[in-house]
Amino acid sequence: MPVKVSMTVNGKPVAAEVEERTLLVSFIREHLRLTGTHVGCDTAQCGACTIHMNGNAVKACNMLAMQAEGADILTIEGVAAADGTLHPMQEAFREHHALQCGFCTPGMVMSAIDLVKRHPKPTEAVVRAELDGNFCRCTGYHNIVKAILDAAPKVAAMR
Amino acid sequence: MFVRSPHAHARIRKVDLAKAAKAPGVLAVYTGEDIAKAGINGLPCGWLITDVNGQPMKEPPYPVLAQGKARYVGDRVAVVIAETYNQAKDAAERVEVDYEVLPAVVDAAAARKQGAPAIHDIAPDNTCYVWALGDKAKVDDAFKAAAHVTKLEFVNNRLIPNAIEPRSAIGAYSRADDNYTLYVTSQNPHVERLLMTAFVLGLPEHKVRVVAPDVGGGFGSKIYLYGEDVVVTWASRQVNRPIKWTAERVESFMSDAHGRDHVTTAELALDKDGKFLAMRVHTAANLGAYLSTFASCIPTILYATLLAGQYTTPQIYCEVTAVFTNTAPVDAYRGAGRPEATYVVERLVETAAREMKIDPAEIRRRNFIKSFPYQTPVALMYDTGDYQATLDAALKLGDVAGFAKRKEEAAKRGRLRGLGYSCYIEACGIAPSNVAGALGARAGLFEAGEVRVHPTGKVTVFTGSHSHGQGHETTFAQVVASRLGIPVEDVDIVHGDTSKILFGMGTYGSRSLAVGGTAIVKAVDKVIAKGRKIAAHLMEAAEADVEFAEGVFKVSGTDKQVPFAQVALTAYVPHNYPLDKLEPGLNENAFYDPTNFTFPAGSYVCEVEVDPETGRTTIESFVAVDDFGKVINPMIVAGQVHGGLTQGIGQALLEGCRYDPETGQLVTGTMSDYCLPRAGDVPSFRLDTRETPCTHNPLGVKGCGEAGAIGAPAALINAITDAIGVREVPMPATAETVWRALASQKAA
Repeated sequence: MPVKVSMTVNGKPVAAEVEERTLLVSFIREHLRLTGTHVGCDTAQCGACTIHMNGNAVKACNMLAMQAEGADILTIEGVAAADGTLHPMQEAFREHHALQCGFCTPGMVMSAIDLVKRHPKPTEAVVRAELDGNFCRCTGYHNIVKAILDAAPKVAAMR
Repeated sequence: MFVRSPHAHARIRKVDLAKAAKAPGVLAVYTGEDIAKAGINGLPCGWLITDVNGQPMKEPPYPVLAQGKARYVGDRVAVVIAETYNQAKDAAERVEVDYEVLPAVVDAAAARKQGAPAIHDIAPDNTCYVWALGDKAKVDDAFKAAAHVTKLEFVNNRLIPNAIEPRSAIGAYSRADDNYTLYVTSQNPHVERLLMTAFVLGLPEHKVRVVAPDVGGGFGSKIYLYGEDVVVTWASRQVNRPIKWTAERVESFMSDAHGRDHVTTAELALDKDGKFLAMRVHTAANLGAYLSTFASCIPTILYATLLAGQYTTPQIYCEVTAVFTNTAPVDAYRGAGRPEATYVVERLVETAAREMKIDPAEIRRRNFIKSFPYQTPVALMYDTGDYQATLDAALKLGDVAGFAKRKEEAAKRGRLRGLGYSCYIEACGIAPSNVAGALGARAGLFEAGEVRVHPTGKVTVFTGSHSHGQGHETTFAQVVASRLGIPVEDVDIVHGDTSKILFGMGTYGSRSLAVGGTAIVKAVDKVIAKGRKIAAHLMEAAEADVEFAEGVFKVSGTDKQVPFAQVALTAYVPHNYPLDKLEPGLNENAFYDPTNFTFPAGSYVCEVEVDPETGRTTIESFVAVDDFGKVINPMIVAGQVHGGLTQGIGQALLEGCRYDPETGQLVTGTMSDYCLPRAGDVPSFRLDTRETPCTHNPLGVKGCGEAGAIGAPAALINAITDAIGVREVPMPATAETVWRALASQKAA
């Protein structure tokens, strides 16, 4: 049975008819063609699919599109400013070489933004603990941690 | 959607496709029989190893879809192609396979036992080859004369690579021009095309384009030609539309080529002063159910040849028995043979030092190779290095002098603190092709590059190397920009497309800059040489008087000059041009086949604390001092080291693939069962470099991609065994493992 879903994604209202079993991540990638959100593990372990739903980081591979009915969704495509200026977290990742293959990066950035929202002045230990739900196989996390610590005050200053 | 065997070893009696074929959206369903009928061959192995008995290794067929038997959990049995992924998945559940389940065997030792189930008819004892390197008689003699012998038995644990992007392939056939395009997560698209067209599908090579544009990590697992790639390419013509397959993570766990899996007995003979006299190593290597693309050379050519390490050990003998089991094929994974060799050498050295009560740094110093070039007893000729320098730097950076105090302080907190070293060597940029060929390689090991200068002086570089996270787009652009004296923004790097790049052997074995970068440099130098001719004409000077520096051609001793961009424009607008002597255009390519391997080396010092109550290890400090020769981009090099170290730490502390020994089921088949390192499992690293430039490539570079994964495991286990005072702790040294080691020590 197809169902109707509607939500706001990156500030724009979207609506579609989808199979009931459609995952939120499939809806985002395949229906909306926002392919910045990645699928790495299908089981909510790797965090490559992390998005923000109503202001909180969630893993889009582990919920149905239906469950996001009416929600306000932010994906990696909606993080930079409208003129293309990178979000300070994205800029910090770029500056500190916090990505190599880039596959985990969208999820990392979404988690990191959520992290500094909850911990505006995080220590290294806090960053490492809070990144528990995001795997990176390339960077050894070293430069990701560095980038997040560097970006934290800049993200805080945005508000 | 691939239907995969749920059994580790089973005869396929019958595959009933009727229900699946009628399911909604299904376009086609194929089995191994269809593949055989279509005349599709099995997947080839790229390296022939010769057995000690003089016979070639056993090469059983490796069908793209199982024929007759399934040989590991995850073996491809059938494929369902449907309009949507979900429809294919639903239909796959309606494929009915009648299996006769056979006894399975998953580890190398068990597979060689009498009565073990035979996996392939051509290898009834499950042995692919027995291979040896070194003079056994001389080694045995040296052992007889030794003052001390250190012997260790250990397992180099099987790893599952887990690039975060799963493998994926899109096959597309075009009727209009009878061409195939395969988009695939590959580290070496040209090799994939060559193997697939010439050996498997029998298609004309020039009618197949393989594109691997932006691949999400590889670590070796994406070097190989996989059956899925072949199936989507072939089937795209059968159903006359593009076919896409993307692995689910469970498929990555089951069917990506795994790494390591050695069982080794290793012995080191020393004189009374701790000087190494000889090394004797026996390894059983688990190759899995089939021979993957480069599987055969990993536990041989890339393993035994590294057993000299950084030391002058005069005699080394290594014997490797390679075995088939009912497990996923094993092939190169970051380091590929060299981590296993380093683990053997550095665990032996550290253990010998402790047994002989010699400082572990000191015993290394006494045995370091100090003059170069150095011919090892295991075939390699090291061109350059300074092992003392990297060790000294690591001792300093790691404040080893202050360790005793830190250990004492930790003891007050009830923690056991330990220190471990690892002085690794690796051989990168495997070469030259003729030597590799004599050793059994069935491919060349050169690299190709093309430098296309546009009329405006902007440059596009085409490389046969492949970037899947290594940042070649940056490093290669730096190399070209600095050599041509133009802004780095004026250089673009193109890789990963057989229709654009003339040829390529791809990226693995830390070869890209040393081999691929050198091919580009050679092409750049041809561009400059031609540019010099054009500039000489423009300046009405003799070619010999024209010099090139900082992007400008000058007549030496005069103020006459023309910039590079003007020469480029002249080449494409050849109005004032020596057309009688020179072709227009400025586009050069080059192939580079190295004369030798490169030999990166380094010293790692790791400090851990173990909580004796729980057995949990925390890494308090990890210092890595590497000699990669010349470093072009320090930031990218550091990033490679961080990532390599973390994979090495993963092997030592967390990761271990497990198959159930009875059923052959993959127990560690998801990310909740197989423990990848998380951010909280690793420290921030302290890195430094020392530099002895490679002597045989123009950039003086050696390669940095695998070092961390090669050197880290021994440093970790040396530190843990030091902390808890136990001789041997198996990898992965999980909290439980360490706790059990402590408990058995207490009981003893």
